[in-house]
Amino acid sequence: MESSSLQTEVIKAGNDLAKRIIPCLDVKDGRTVKGVNFVALRDAGDPVELAYQYSRQGADELVFLDITATHERRKTIVELVKAVARQVNIPFTIGGGINEISDADILLNSGADKISVNSAVVRNPAFIDELALAFGKQFVVVAIDTKHINGKNYVHLNGGRIATEIETEDWIREAESRGAGEILLTSMDHDGTKAGFDNGLLKKINNTLSIPLIASGGAGNIQDFVDVFKISNADAALAASVFHYGEILIPDLKKVLQQNNIEVRI
Amino acid sequence: MIGIVYYGAGNIFSLTAALDRLGLSYGMIKTAEDFEKYDRYIIPGVGHAGSAMQKLEDTGLVPSIIALRKPVLGICVGMQLLTTHSEEGDSELTGIIPLQTRLFSDKLNVKVPHTGWNKVFQSSKNPLFSDIRPGTHFYFVHSYFIEFNPIFTIALAEYGIKFSAVIQKDNFYGVQFHPEKSGIAGEQLLKNFAHLA
Repeated sequence: MESSSLQTEVIKAGNDLAKRIIPCLDVKDGRTVKGVNFVALRDAGDPVELAYQYSRQGADELVFLDITATHERRKTIVELVKAVARQVNIPFTIGGGINEISDADILLNSGADKISVNSAVVRNPAFIDELALAFGKQFVVVAIDTKHINGKNYVHLNGGRIATEIETEDWIREAESRGAGEILLTSMDHDGTKAGFDNGLLKKINNTLSIPLIASGGAGNIQDFVDVFKISNADAALAASVFHYGEILIPDLKKVLQQNNIEVRI
Repeated sequence: MIGIVYYGAGNIFSLTAALDRLGLSYGMIKTAEDFEKYDRYIIPGVGHAGSAMQKLEDTGLVPSIIALRKPVLGICVGMQLLTTHSEEGDSELTGIIPLQTRLFSDKLNVKVPHTGWNKVFQSSKNPLFSDIRPGTHFYFVHSYFIEFNPIFTIALAEYGIKFSAVIQKDNFYGVQFHPEKSGIAGEQLLKNFAHLA
């Protein structure tokens, strides 16, 4: 009896879709770049083992950003994707250097659930349409690095190093209409500060968006995750160093989110 | 041993990887004769339901699938192929389970695609859910859903509307979520399927 009344209550609440927690791993030449500080790891530089540990801790999804710049890149990234898909039982996204349909195709067939595209689609927006047509929009995450300048938000390229004159809100609207399945929005102003997510901007964007939004940039403590979900209602929150250095453990984080009535998968 | 219907709709690397992790053996079904080699079957599928159906038709395997009497599990678009019709491309499907596949409409006021871990509530006791608690989260990625039906829906999910997370008619089962990406719960469901009588 008790479980059936609980069931009714949860269904009425209509929030059965969990907010997602996503650790992000930077990878170069098949190895993780940023330092990691997990006691359990045999090899902190091995992205596959790290991914496995995160999946065991309760991460809902993983993002790998590949920054390899050598000729061997495609081979190393495909090997990485296959190894992750073999070991890990949660979905993952791979980004970095995807410029052609064939790049995406080989990643899909190696077990990647989604690809993330950033500068390549700003330079060639029609690539979003091509990817969505070839693989379905659920496969296409458009990642955007944004920076606040003189009262407006502008898209930045190449990891935030190159400014554009494209306003972030305009680009998000275009990406969505071209077939993006999800937006990964990183605030350059907040990234690395550990002062919390850019909740104001994320809320404004999320209110106009009809595809999922992943919040990124600024996570410093558990309360920052509570705030981003409560204020912006983003669908997912992504972070790197707070997870890699063990400053936030995912089980602790999810417990606090749950205590704050935020739907999470435990 | 599980036979995976091989018809070229999407990537099966993650599915075979999950079966490998679980120590469940499998092979690929490419011709009608291959069905005899296995005691249960998985129909995978991602992408457009209409084009997936076209690819399945092209293999010539549809009559054999309809005639199967051993357990069959359709995953995601592979589940939708079991229904009669999809609003995606106004496509006629196999009609094995008399249900409609519909689009999450704007009126539901939910984001589409439905992406992420959603609670699933089983509405009847079924060995497919052995050791899986009602309300467990499974990983979904889809824009079209199968309508809720009191007879054929054996687990429901809610996302703006109640819809079929799992359907069953006789030996045919379908799951809208991806068990191969749904953590330990998804692996348990695959194990349960592998042990269905």
